[in-house]
Amino acid sequence: MNFNYRLYRAIKNRLFTILIVLSAVVVLGPLFMVIKYVFVQGASSLNLSFFTELPKPVGEIGGGMKHAILGTIYIVLLGALIAVPIGVTCGVYLNEFRKSKLSKTLRLTVDLMSGIPSIVIGIFAYLMVVVPLKSFSALAGGVALSIIMLPIIVKTSEEILKLVPDHIREAGLALGLPRWKVILFIILKGSVSNLLTGIILAISRAAGETAPLLFTAFGNMYLSFNMREPMATLPVQIYTYAISPFKDWQRQAWAGAFVLMVLILTLNLFARFVLTKIKDKKGY
Amino acid sequence: MSNSKNSDKIILEAKNLEAWFGDFQAVKGINVQYTERTITAIIGPSGCGKSTYLRCLNRIHEEIEGTRVSGEVLLEGKNIYDKKIDVVDVRKRIGMVFQKPNPFPSLSILDNVVIGLRLQGITKRSTLMEVAESCLKKAALWDEVKDKLNSLGTSLSGGQQQRLCIARALAINPPVLLMDEPTSALDPIATAKIEELMDEIKRDYTVIIVTHNMQQAARISDYTSFFVYGKMIEHGLSSDIFTNPREKQTEDYISGRFG
Ligand SMILES: Nc1ncnc2c1ncn2[C@@H]1O[C@H](COP(=O)(O)OP(=O)(O)OP(=O)(O)O)[C@@H](O)[C@H]1O
Ligand SMILES: [Mg+2]
Repeated sequence: MNFNYRLYRAIKNRLFTILIVLSAVVVLGPLFMVIKYVFVQGASSLNLSFFTELPKPVGEIGGGMKHAILGTIYIVLLGALIAVPIGVTCGVYLNEFRKSKLSKTLRLTVDLMSGIPSIVIGIFAYLMVVVPLKSFSALAGGVALSIIMLPIIVKTSEEILKLVPDHIREAGLALGLPRWKVILFIILKGSVSNLLTGIILAISRAAGETAPLLFTAFGNMYLSFNMREPMATLPVQIYTYAISPFKDWQRQAWAGAFVLMVLILTLNLFARFVLTKIKDKKGY
Repeated sequence: MSNSKNSDKIILEAKNLEAWFGDFQAVKGINVQYTERTITAIIGPSGCGKSTYLRCLNRIHEEIEGTRVSGEVLLEGKNIYDKKIDVVDVRKRIGMVFQKPNPFPSLSILDNVVIGLRLQGITKRSTLMEVAESCLKKAALWDEVKDKLNSLGTSLSGGQQQRLCIARALAINPPVLLMDEPTSALDPIATAKIEELMDEIKRDYTVIIVTHNMQQAARISDYTSFFVYGKMIEHGLSSDIFTNPREKQTEDYISGRFG
């Protein structure tokens, strides 16, 4: 009886362990398969000229995506330049005035924003920037990406600031410092590495977006740093090359996918490990 | 301590001061005057509202959500709860050492002490260093930290952190200093140094200190207030309160039969 019961428990125990491992495999399996496939296909198609050269005219073999790599960095930074100040300010506001009417509206808006399909954000940026300026432009792409980053940055900064204990704020106020100085020089300053982590995660999320760039930044085949002109980006370039009938372009699309993936993974890992290391030593 | 006063000027005064946390009233109808350059001790059982009362005197109580204050606090005759008064200015002139040590986690020991001044626009390094050294010396912390001024403030022990907070409050040089159990986490030597400090700064400052240590209250203070359940049961010269209290409750508490 006793023995049977123990056996029953041991079997149940083993069964659940197997189930848990199985679900982990189901979750991680596809991820590793994607990474491996892109790695194998991409790395084999990668060479130095991919980073240093511009696309060759149709029909010629070779060339690279220098313009798209730099374009992605340009547009993503442009988007961050717009989204970070607004996002962090909103996060501060939400944290400081938790119960105000505006906060509730803002919070709802941000939640809704993060649910908007990225293609819709692309259409929005098209209507707001491309149509008035009468041209596809890097600026429009930056605006579209900033809208994607914004809700992530607002949410993370609010969460991060919530972690700062109230007695720190009180200590600052009791020194006779105005509230804005306490927020800026004591609370935000102590949260810099946390905030940076949030911002980088938002950036890496936006860096891989294709849909909002299709009819905003559009893309081109040469190097451009003009905000008011179309600009190539990795995702759009990959998309264009991947659906093309040319073998060499498809090969380059794989290389592009590989570079984009490494870029985003590196950003993520940097944010998660390097910055959290710093945070453990300093800050809240 | 001596009861000799340099002047009889009233610097701080509470008039029918009351404070709430939501519906719970923690401070009830306090009326009291504080003479310039004196030390007043506040004693009373745990939870009787000493901290809350102190936090009303520099308008920090209102920082907690859902709290309320009524009545007046007059600083040199002006009500600090008046709408026209700038709360920042009030807090600059009424410094505070909190019950729990709360150094700024992201700042070094040095920066913790001088941040108040720096953010007020004083950036000259030599001036800041001078202030830091003198304040850390007054707070009896200098010898322990002089070789690691750039380490984080939070790397110090609890008692050291509390002395750091004392130095931080002194750096602003406020005429009135509120101290909430500043020595409760300190060893006898550091406590003696802080008491020495209070005796010294009394020449320039007015100090209101919460303490659970009767001997300390008797030793350092000119006046003592006794609180129970948010009410001020008795207030008077410490020499009277500790030898000849008017109220039975006070006597019981002092002699350890209460609270
Ligand atoms: N944040 C808060 N919210 C609600 N009630 C509170 C809060 N802080 C304190 N109180 C209540 O207010 C009363 C007074 O608290 P206070 O901290 O002023 O006591 P105290 O006399 O300083 O006690 P101690 O000697 O233990 O420090 C207590 O009954 C406490 O429960
Ligand atoms: Mg207390």
